[in-house]
Amino acid sequence: MAIDVREVSKRFGEFPALENVSVEVPTGSLTALLGPSGSGKSTLLRVIAGLERPDHGRVLLDGDDVTKRPPQKRGVGFVFQHYAAFRHMTVYENVAFGLRVQRRPKGETRTRVAELLELVQLDGLAERYPAQLSGGQRQRMGLARALAVEPTVLLLDEPFGALDARVRKELRVWLRRLHDETHTTTLIVTHDQEEAMDVADQIVLMNHGRVEQVAAPRELYDEPANEFVMSFVGPVNRIGGAFVRPHDVELQLQPSDGCEEAMVERLVHLGFEVRVELVRGNGDQFSVQISRDRALELELDRGQIVYVRPLRERTFVTD
Amino acid sequence: MLSRYGLRCFALGYLSLLLLAPLGMVFWRTFEHGFWPAWDSITTSDARHALYLTLLIAAIVVPANTVYGVLCALAIVRGRFPGKGIVNALVDLPLALSPVVVGLALLLLYGRTGWLGPWLTDHGIQVVFALPSLVLATIFVSLPFVVREVVPVLREIGTEQEQAAATLGASRFQTFRKVTLPAIRWGVAYGVVLTMARALGEFGAVSVVSGHIAGKTETMTQYVQAQYEGFNVAGAYAASVLLAILAVITLLAMTLVRRKEETV
Amino acid sequence: MAEPLAAPAPAAVRARSGQSAPGIGIGIATAYLSLIVLLPLAALVWQSQKAGARGFWDAISSPEAVSAIEVTLVASAIVALVNALTGTVIAWVLVRDRFRGKSLVNAVIDLPFALPTIVAGLTLLALYGSQSPVGVNVAFTRAAVVLALLFVTLPFVVRTVQPVLQELDLEMEEAAASLGAHRLEIFRRIVFPNLLPAILSGVALAFTRAIGEFGAIVLISGNLPYKTEVASVFVFSQLESDDISGAAAVSVLLLLISFGILLVIGTVRRYATRHDDA
Repeated sequence: MAIDVREVSKRFGEFPALENVSVEVPTGSLTALLGPSGSGKSTLLRVIAGLERPDHGRVLLDGDDVTKRPPQKRGVGFVFQHYAAFRHMTVYENVAFGLRVQRRPKGETRTRVAELLELVQLDGLAERYPAQLSGGQRQRMGLARALAVEPTVLLLDEPFGALDARVRKELRVWLRRLHDETHTTTLIVTHDQEEAMDVADQIVLMNHGRVEQVAAPRELYDEPANEFVMSFVGPVNRIGGAFVRPHDVELQLQPSDGCEEAMVERLVHLGFEVRVELVRGNGDQFSVQISRDRALELELDRGQIVYVRPLRERTFVTD
Repeated sequence: MLSRYGLRCFALGYLSLLLLAPLGMVFWRTFEHGFWPAWDSITTSDARHALYLTLLIAAIVVPANTVYGVLCALAIVRGRFPGKGIVNALVDLPLALSPVVVGLALLLLYGRTGWLGPWLTDHGIQVVFALPSLVLATIFVSLPFVVREVVPVLREIGTEQEQAAATLGASRFQTFRKVTLPAIRWGVAYGVVLTMARALGEFGAVSVVSGHIAGKTETMTQYVQAQYEGFNVAGAYAASVLLAILAVITLLAMTLVRRKEETV
Repeated sequence: MAEPLAAPAPAAVRARSGQSAPGIGIGIATAYLSLIVLLPLAALVWQSQKAGARGFWDAISSPEAVSAIEVTLVASAIVALVNALTGTVIAWVLVRDRFRGKSLVNAVIDLPFALPTIVAGLTLLALYGSQSPVGVNVAFTRAAVVLALLFVTLPFVVRTVQPVLQELDLEMEEAAASLGAHRLEIFRRIVFPNLLPAILSGVALAFTRAIGEFGAIVLISGNLPYKTEVASVFVFSQLESDDISGAAAVSVLLLLISFGILLVIGTVRRYATRHDDA
């Protein structure tokens, strides 16, 4: 177990950022800490890095209890949302920083930095200053810098949050490829569920300082542990006491067993899918997602009466 | 964490030994024998005249430099004319000059043997060794403050608000009065406080140009020196305390205005 | 006649409000400046060269002049360096530390700006002069000159470093920590290089102020020629003995030194900030 967090709690004044959180991150995996703002995911990451001290609980890295150790001695690499670039140093000096601190011989440093710059596709920019780089380039530099000291664990705090959508998607793919090459245990914090599902082997979903569920993306989507998880990772309809995904609803023009009547209020064409917004007899609104072909087949129109039946629904026992 | 306390102690200790303890000492010495002896020292006719003169000079200098400061700041930030950079540099010049040098320069222009000397004598105008030179010297040394406080504020607020006012039909003067002036008021206020403090405290330049005639051209600061050198230490301390109190009031004003600037 | 409401209007508006200081304002600004600042300085420079280059050189190389200038430069240099250290420490404490009364301390820093220089000198004399209750007597020594200069130059480095320290990205320090640097190394490699330009600015301002200081020094130093007489006091005494040209020459020398320092520091600063949006 590369990272083992045991019953960690942390308060900031009156605010409980983490409440009795326990998480295990397998060695070599890429795990995402997912959750809305204020869920505690960044705090947890910083506690693992040693940038925050927990009030209770322990943090173990590769079996070692590092709870009382400062960040210098934990062997973690940290990547910041706003890059934290050393603005007074060139790209080369930024990436070489950790190696210089360790007093590695100059030749060794030069080789390693060159390797890393090539890896992150910044070769040729070594003598530039961060102010001359784009956001995406600065973040790649941040990654190279963190990897330079061969950390046992790589921690990324919303690394793509400050970048625009297109760059974000590119870097996401790039990060996954990088991980597949280096196999460093990676923990990434994000509030974007699409990003988490795209990139991670395992997702830790958090809310209000607690862990709601830990699972692989598919399991998280198909077998959510509670209402929060279900509605966070995808759109959901609440029908009576049950929860149904919009694409788990069957739409028919003729009534049949177990069907309910509903009226089409609006059709939204999302490219390859069509979202049909419906209203039930009792006034409840919900939506169904069907493929474009099926929508053409049914020739749906506003005001039309159709018959719906949930194919798969989940109920949660609230305690 | 030890170093945190260490640094704090060093900083506070340094400030106490250098600023606070000496100031406290003067207050102590002044009121050592009670309030009334100090009061007596500060109400002699020479002292009263010195105070009157100092306040009179300030009353002329502060408004003059304020008006000038705002105009100059507008010219520097909004104006388009050749030599703008030179004006900007010249405005900062008084801060780099020794006050004695300032006094000498004024003497060389307005003194009896100076460039304007003969012309002034011919017209019976007495500048040096009289109030006008004191005013000129004080204007010189306190010139930059309002300008330097208003320039960054003007730069920051930009021209958009003024342009909006123009499209709504406001004349240039109306725009200035109703849009520009309110926007820069705390910058102006801070500059005024600094100008005032500088005007009250000026010593070197006025020492050169005043001729130091007690009861006529002696300012409060010169009075302090004269009393001390005349072995009237009590009088010097009492006058210093008065000036120090004015300084503390200045500090308070600075803090209050700074806070206002931040919340706007 | 109808006003054009389309494209022409913005240009007209721009031209009008671009000069909310009308030509008169600019005229006043420059006239005031000339009368008050430029003309007197011109008269000074003219006077300094009235006796020719030889006269200028003689005035500034007389033994007393040389001594006064030396005392001034040495004391100012010491003070500038001391301020580089103490100013940074004080700014650090004001920005990074938290304790009761901190805002009061912050206000006190400006005391040397608000207090008349003659009073500053007198307060130092009261505590560190012949009547000192703690037995420390520096009156009539060069130490007194340094002490007085430390007082008046206190705020400069503090106030230039404070805002920079405030804006400094703490995450840079956290990044350095995660990469293995311990506290002193973080200061040396990360914080200090980013503070250096501001420290240099403050040092330049402090030095320039120090070489011209007069009021704070007159009482406590005793103005002893060849011992504690500083350049500004020397100029004053030359005036009193009617050596106007000599006084003017030394004054112009001081001016040139100030400009020289500002120029040098400006260049060093530009080098130190070459990484900014280059």
